[in-house]
Amino acid sequence: MLEVKNLQVRVEDKEILRGINLTVKAGEVHAIMGPNGSGKSTFARALAGHPGYEVTGGSVNYQGHDLLDLDPDERAREGVFMAFQYPVEIPGVNNAYFLKAALNAKRKQQGLDELDAMDFMALVKQKLKVLHVDESMLMRSVNEGFSGGEKKRNEIFHMAVLEPTLAVLDETDSGLDIDALRVVSDGVNAMRSPERSFIVVTHYQRLLEYIVPDYVHVLADGRIVRSGGRELALELEEKGYAWTEPAGARK
Amino acid sequence: METLVPAAPVWVKQRRDAAAKHFAAVGFPNTRLEDWRFTNVSPIAEANWPLAQGGFSQAAALTAAVSIPGAVRLVIVNGRFAAGLSDLSTLPKGLRIASLRDGARDATDGIETHLGKVFSIATHPFAALNTSFLDDGVAIMATKGAIVETPVHIVVVTGGETPVVAHPRVLIVAGENSQVRVAQTFIGSPDTAYFNNAVIEVVVGPSALVQLYTDQRESDQAFHVANIQAHVEAKGVFESHAFSTGARIMRHDIGIGLKGEGADCTMNGVYLADGERLMDTHTSLDHAMPHCTSHEIYKGILAGKGRAVFNGRIIVQLDAQKTDAKQTNRALLLSDEATINSNPQLEIFADDVKCTHGAAVGQLDEEAMFYLQARGLNRDAARDMLLHAFAGEVIQGLKIPALREQIEGNFFARLREDTRAGV
Repeated sequence: MLEVKNLQVRVEDKEILRGINLTVKAGEVHAIMGPNGSGKSTFARALAGHPGYEVTGGSVNYQGHDLLDLDPDERAREGVFMAFQYPVEIPGVNNAYFLKAALNAKRKQQGLDELDAMDFMALVKQKLKVLHVDESMLMRSVNEGFSGGEKKRNEIFHMAVLEPTLAVLDETDSGLDIDALRVVSDGVNAMRSPERSFIVVTHYQRLLEYIVPDYVHVLADGRIVRSGGRELALELEEKGYAWTEPAGARK
Repeated sequence: METLVPAAPVWVKQRRDAAAKHFAAVGFPNTRLEDWRFTNVSPIAEANWPLAQGGFSQAAALTAAVSIPGAVRLVIVNGRFAAGLSDLSTLPKGLRIASLRDGARDATDGIETHLGKVFSIATHPFAALNTSFLDDGVAIMATKGAIVETPVHIVVVTGGETPVVAHPRVLIVAGENSQVRVAQTFIGSPDTAYFNNAVIEVVVGPSALVQLYTDQRESDQAFHVANIQAHVEAKGVFESHAFSTGARIMRHDIGIGLKGEGADCTMNGVYLADGERLMDTHTSLDHAMPHCTSHEIYKGILAGKGRAVFNGRIIVQLDAQKTDAKQTNRALLLSDEATINSNPQLEIFADDVKCTHGAAVGQLDEEAMFYLQARGLNRDAARDMLLHAFAGEVIQGLKIPALREQIEGNFFARLREDTRAGV
């Protein structure tokens, strides 16, 4: 599904990723953990194609395509979804209207008929129910005035409607209380399937108690320094990240 | 000098002559004048504009393209009321319509009282020029207590095979407790330059309501100058919503005088300045009496080498205690070469008032663009969505569905064409 080779990424003249290697097969859930500043979110945003993140080396192959050659919207229509760490507030753009446009853009690409307003609402209401998201969220402007928890739930709601092939969750757990965390995790778990893969970026082990990963990778200073199974997350919980940092790498 | 209709009553001739005398003395404004500092009208002043004589072949098709089903349609072609293109079949009770020429001659109530009296031409040279040619146009009178549901649509068509000038004139008088909605569409011959110099006067009687929607979609080679001036009496409500996408140079002077206690007004607008076009809006709000409220939102979208001028004047007179005035002016620059001069101008003489104003000029939010794109919208669709949201606050004020659809459709079609070609 996804083959990342020696990926190097720079943000504003600062080298952040220094050669990431990662292979994700269909149906797998990979957790990317690491201390602040290790490059976790940079990795997520680079996969989504954020224009501020300049790829200076390496390759990313997604389902046989060169992912880096695609614009962010093309990636999305090909089934890559990133749940934002900080979902953007967009006053004046209706959440349902936007989501319908996004879904139809993807359906069009897949050669499917666009959904009309009625079919779309039927689909959406079913997803809302599963995620315990209030219907009023649909009629509000995208993320505007949403609480932190509402924003994250809205991201997962978008994901549920868009049904991506590869979902990248960028610190979706940050700022969530335990109830919201459970709802979000349930939403993700409900979507796990042999055809769909997840990359879950998180600082804390806590999320992985709810979304149980197949693999855990530890990122430090722009490289994956350790990979392992679920037990690696528990080890990190116990020991902290200090050991991952090469001496003198941080002030 | 062209021949005007001989039967014009004496008072029309007097107003015409006074205006002609004034314009002869002051001439076209130049950039040394504060109100015209950023708008050089020499392309208008230095060209020769013969006064349009009669209609032109495209007028019917242009009218048909913007007609709103069900509305009372009043068509002004090159400054003259065109009965043949108009449709009064849905004229409701309580509404009286007259061509200005006939109305003036027949001494229709209210025309002599109000025409040319809503504001002073002394501070508006183009309005003086218009008045010096005072001849025809339309008068719309809502009688006392009339609640007019049917919208009135004025289609102002200008142009011809060769360059012309027209001075269309509209008078709207809403009697006490009456309500009326008027839309006006400015449109013209696409391939010829012309100069359209319009004056619209509105009198909102006590506790009356007038909603005025202006769709300025003149051709790209046109020069469009319009004075929209309203008086609002006690507890009256006036709304002006202006949508401007056309003309090489546009100048709007929109002035509202709140002349009775408890009057309320809205003065909103959206404009698009792209290519090398100049869109100038000067608004003026005169809070003359206590307990009046005003709401003003102007939004500009600038692309290419487009230029815009926004001047928002609010005067709160000494007696106008408990005034509540709010003004917002925002502009989005879609290119590095687009420019705007934005100037709020508050003159407050009363001490117990609430007056706020805010101006902001910015670019499209790239993080929002990325968010929309990351969900699958291409760049153009994402931009449309953000621009739609930006203009939405003003567009949602359009309360006539067919008109809203038409204006919205035109606005975004135009935006798409021009910003994509021009950026």
